[in-house]
Amino acid sequence: MNKALAFALRRRGRGWHWTDVLTYAYLSFGVLLMFGPVLWLALSSFKTPAALAEFPPTLLPWAPQTVTLPGDTARYPLVTAKGADGATVTMALKRRIGLVAILVDPKDPSKALHVPADSTRPVRRLRLAFENYVDPLKSFDFPRYLWNSVFVTLVATLITLLINSMAAYALAIYEFKGRGLVTLLVMASLMAPITIILVPAYLVVNELGLVNSLWGVILPGAATPTGVFLLRQYMLTMPRDLVEAARMDLASEWRIYWRIVMPLSAPALAVLAIFSVMWRWNDFLWPLVTLTTSDHFTLQLALNSFQGELQVRWNYLLAMTVVTLLPVAIVFAFLQRFIASGIATTGMK
Amino acid sequence: MAGDRKRGGTGAVADALDGAWTAAMGLTEPPMRALQRAIGAARMPWAFLAPNLAFFGLFVFLPLLIDVWFSLTGGPRLFPSQRPYVGADQYRHLLACGNYLDPSTCDQDRFWRAVRNTAEFTLFQVGAIVVVSLATAIALNRRIVAKGFFRAVFFFPVLLSPVVVALVWKWILQRDGLLNAVLGAAGFGKTLFFVSPGWAMFWAIFVSVWAHMGFYTLILLAGLQAIPADLYEAAEMDRTPPWRAFARITLPLLAPSLLVVAVLALIKAVQIFDEVFVLTGGGPGSATLMVVQYIYETGFSGVVQDFGLAAAASVALGVALFGLTLAQLRLSRGKEGAT
Repeated sequence: MNKALAFALRRRGRGWHWTDVLTYAYLSFGVLLMFGPVLWLALSSFKTPAALAEFPPTLLPWAPQTVTLPGDTARYPLVTAKGADGATVTMALKRRIGLVAILVDPKDPSKALHVPADSTRPVRRLRLAFENYVDPLKSFDFPRYLWNSVFVTLVATLITLLINSMAAYALAIYEFKGRGLVTLLVMASLMAPITIILVPAYLVVNELGLVNSLWGVILPGAATPTGVFLLRQYMLTMPRDLVEAARMDLASEWRIYWRIVMPLSAPALAVLAIFSVMWRWNDFLWPLVTLTTSDHFTLQLALNSFQGELQVRWNYLLAMTVVTLLPVAIVFAFLQRFIASGIATTGMK
Repeated sequence: MAGDRKRGGTGAVADALDGAWTAAMGLTEPPMRALQRAIGAARMPWAFLAPNLAFFGLFVFLPLLIDVWFSLTGGPRLFPSQRPYVGADQYRHLLACGNYLDPSTCDQDRFWRAVRNTAEFTLFQVGAIVVVSLATAIALNRRIVAKGFFRAVFFFPVLLSPVVVALVWKWILQRDGLLNAVLGAAGFGKTLFFVSPGWAMFWAIFVSVWAHMGFYTLILLAGLQAIPADLYEAAEMDRTPPWRAFARITLPLLAPSLLVVAVLALIKAVQIFDEVFVLTGGGPGSATLMVVQYIYETGFSGVVQDFGLAAAASVALGVALFGLTLAQLRLSRGKEGAT
């Protein structure tokens, strides 16, 4: 093991420099700071409300163990305490009067023991509170929020891929009067992010009758300048002979687009698809403006509204947050290199 | 999608995709062929552009025009023709101020607080992003083990949604949260981070740096990798101390990338909304209220919806963004020209 470590950390031709130590110290700290919070969220999401309320919090989801007493349906916490003879006993905590705790033997409730309350220790065991995940599926509108998010993400991405690739095809393959102007227009739309056209965009969607409709979320962002440029740049690198040859065979322009250019653009389309899924899944401000009734909420809006409640039910909120970040985590795990190089080459996110 | 080329590898899935692709072709081709016959092949590019341009027109350019009209009209009505023209009143109302350094003397004190907060946020957030991304990119560019893993660790929060990011940190920073437990173990008392204006702003900045630095780190890493290694080898042979190599080689050659990072981060920071809104709600009071939140609340969530005032604030933000975007385009073009 030590040899393997020494091999991994050896320095070619020179020893350990203080900058190496500093680098690894910085990176290790980075791992803690970047991964730690998300890991903490995931661990916490498996705790019962009682465990969540504990301070200071425990790292793992320890749940206090409870027992029932004969002739009683309520559950009582199991605690350990020192008995009169000095031996440690494990009994149910029946009630607490002032500083005195009344313990009873779960098997024989007539045997009671009075001890100082602060001398008792709850008996705990590791238990994953899956009910945090299962309950919202049953009692809240969680499946609806999930479905709304999935619907918006998938439909919007399909529309974006289709209309952006059509526009990119026109700008990349054809020479026509007005091409420069259109390219400029597409570029100009980069300058108008949703933050500065919030009110009038709402007006347009309102006039179209799309307020409180998922289509009102999907349509306004479907045409993306970044998408058009990404695809256009890719299509520009395609050999033009292919298109010319297809024209010779009297293929229609649409057939050339659909049968030749689109399949060849698959890598660029995949990059745009990943970006679009990320944009739509994480979108917040625009849905916040257009979707005002809770049955149209996406996951992000539902999370926001739950965290804004007076009594935040953290056990459910944490579990819902984990579900919301799960698809992104999966996409990331499989496509990390792809995304990173996509960002490095296009400079967009 | 590229069913033709995938068939060998993944079998059934590729076949299904190919089938769907061909079926979609069969559905869409006849009308498009008819269209081509009707308007001629030379006008087909416009047919291909039409859907995208329609969307841009309806949801970007038309709203831009209406934005200006909204900002010049008053009243509570949403439909443009029902709004009375009031000239520059909205702007006068928005900008009127006894002393710009003291928001409470302004007509719209919340707007000026938001401007001040956004300026403060932007200054520290962009500064921190440049410094932290640079440090991280340099660390990742060294000869280290598990380079891919470390790069992924710093990058992954970029993909998280702002709401999730805010909740992750809210859970840690709450009164009985992890941070207060750690501080408690070190002998400090509990701090109510979202009750103190200073702490709320600090965490708003910290959390947004945490969430976005990975993106800028990637850009700087690409810039670092483009610096020829023999420059450093020559420096090493001359026994140049590392800090000097950094100041004389790394910084000057990385300057264009650093500038791009700063401008991109600036454009994003000025429009900050999501994370801060969920994390602090703009509070305590209006200590972390940002310009976009002001627009959102003025136009949509306030007791009185004032579309005109919200539009005027939007136009002001738009003008600021326009300048920044022009700067970015100039810079990125300059960078392309240089390499």
